Amino acid sequence: MTLKSFIHEAISPWMKNEGPESDIVISSRVRLARNLEHVPYPIAASPDQLAEVVNQAGELIGDGSHDRFGRLSLVPMEELTSNEKRILVEKHLVSPNLTEEKENRAVILSEDESLSVMVNEEDHFRIQCLLSGFQLEQGMACANDMDDWMEEKLDFAFDERRGYLTSCPTNVGTGLRSSVMMHLPALVLTKQLNRILPAINQLGLVVRGIYGEGSEALGNLYQISNQTTLGGEEADIIKDLSSVVSQLIQHERDARDQLLEQSRLKLEDKIYRSYGILSYSRRMETKEAMERLSDVRLGIDLGIIEEVSGGILNELMVITQPGFLQQYAGRSLTPAERDERRASLIRERINLENTEEISDGGADA
Amino acid sequence: MLCQECQEREASLHFTKIINGEKTEMHLCDVCAKDKGDYLPGGKSFSIHQLLSGLLDSGQKFSQSQEKKEQRPELTCGTCGMTYRKFAEIGRFGCADCYTHFDQKLDPIFRRIHGGNTRHAGKIPKRKGKDMHLYREIEELKQEMQKQIAEEEFEAAADLRDRIRELENSLKEKGGDAS
Ligand SMILES: [Zn+2]
Ligand SMILES: [Zn+2]
Repeated sequence: MTLKSFIHEAISPWMKNEGPESDIVISSRVRLARNLEHVPYPIAASPDQLAEVVNQAGELIGDGSHDRFGRLSLVPMEELTSNEKRILVEKHLVSPNLTEEKENRAVILSEDESLSVMVNEEDHFRIQCLLSGFQLEQGMACANDMDDWMEEKLDFAFDERRGYLTSCPTNVGTGLRSSVMMHLPALVLTKQLNRILPAINQLGLVVRGIYGEGSEALGNLYQISNQTTLGGEEADIIKDLSSVVSQLIQHERDARDQLLEQSRLKLEDKIYRSYGILSYSRRMETKEAMERLSDVRLGIDLGIIEEVSGGILNELMVITQPGFLQQYAGRSLTPAERDERRASLIRERINLENTEEISDGGADA
Repeated sequence: MLCQECQEREASLHFTKIINGEKTEMHLCDVCAKDKGDYLPGGKSFSIHQLLSGLLDSGQKFSQSQEKKEQRPELTCGTCGMTYRKFAEIGRFGCADCYTHFDQKLDPIFRRIHGGNTRHAGKIPKRKGKDMHLYREIEELKQEMQKQIAEEEFEAAADLRDRIRELENSLKEKGGDAS
């Protein structure tokens, strides 16, 4: 398989670098936790009961056609190889937890993978809508539609006082966890993020680095999500998160302007060094890859690097993960082999960029 | 720094979680971080669970010392068999009925996790929650009525009372059971 067709197959909509504010907001995710009445949660259910939940999920999607989401398919986890499961995790379509259990776990996927429903993870159903860019409201609408559609046929555990009942008390009420993934390199470089984060935490939101170190997250990628799920309306939870995200976007833009004005040469040097290393190195660990890719992505967003498209960070941070590297190689790889493959895949990807246009990565290949 | 989970590998993941103002520092190696499901769009976050189970534990110790002399039978969910002790340990309910069986203990826990909240104010399922929409409206009207009475706006309060009666009657006609 060529790298180009591999990428076309690998890519989910959220990696496409589209949608509002996609230079800073990589993706928006909305998740709803739902459970069936009168069936114990997966942690306490018998194998027969779990099988019945999967069964009901299968009956629910029937022949798979759905007017809003297109074709839906139910994928039982036991039918996948361990690497296939790993890839679903790397694409953020399922959690590692779902793939660890042996039986009676499944995922419902829409064709474009923007919608997924984990079956028998911590809750019977975890509806997830994952979109590119800053699209929390659209994500909420999508998750709501799926919830309504499922509720037409399924009896969800709901209590007038406590709302949707979930296995973990941190999800009760709305069952809603909304989050955005943001690329905030300028706020990190100008050391402003450390001052902003505590304020965000005060607002009941959680900020964390994605595989990162303290406030300096790997690849300058941060996830911001709501902490509380009980007591507020869904629309307000989304609105509160959105308003903080909007402010962060503004701060990041200001910091980028500040960097360009005050230390352009230093910034260009940093960006071009990373570009050079990504273009020519022969071995690359994940950590370094993420850092260099973040630099190059910033260079693209600031117009310093013009010959590479902005989606490169979104794309490469996923397809340089172990599962994808192994899928592309067609076999399992040792960590050292992965570092070598990672470097060569990045070189190849950049090269591809210089020879032809694949920035879209869409299905029209 | 060594990973706080396995105490074997070097910690590569460091982060601080703040929940209701409580800070917890986490230091994990890649392997343990992945094992714990602390992945990116994290439906569940292991540190929340750890923190939570700590929170529940302390609540239990407190109540245990209070109840020591009485030796009451342990709080247990009759439907799934989950005990309150187990719930406190793992931080998860076993089934929907656990909420009913552990109800007396839940308000303070929810308050701490959910910024002071104990009651749902969000979406109501369309089909199953049909009557709940009415119940919620009645509840809201009653609160509004109390407010009007407190402000001595008796005419407005009377209007609200009539509206509440209307809604309550329509519930009765339907058979009136919200659950
Ligand atoms: Zn470890
Ligand atoms: Zn129970």
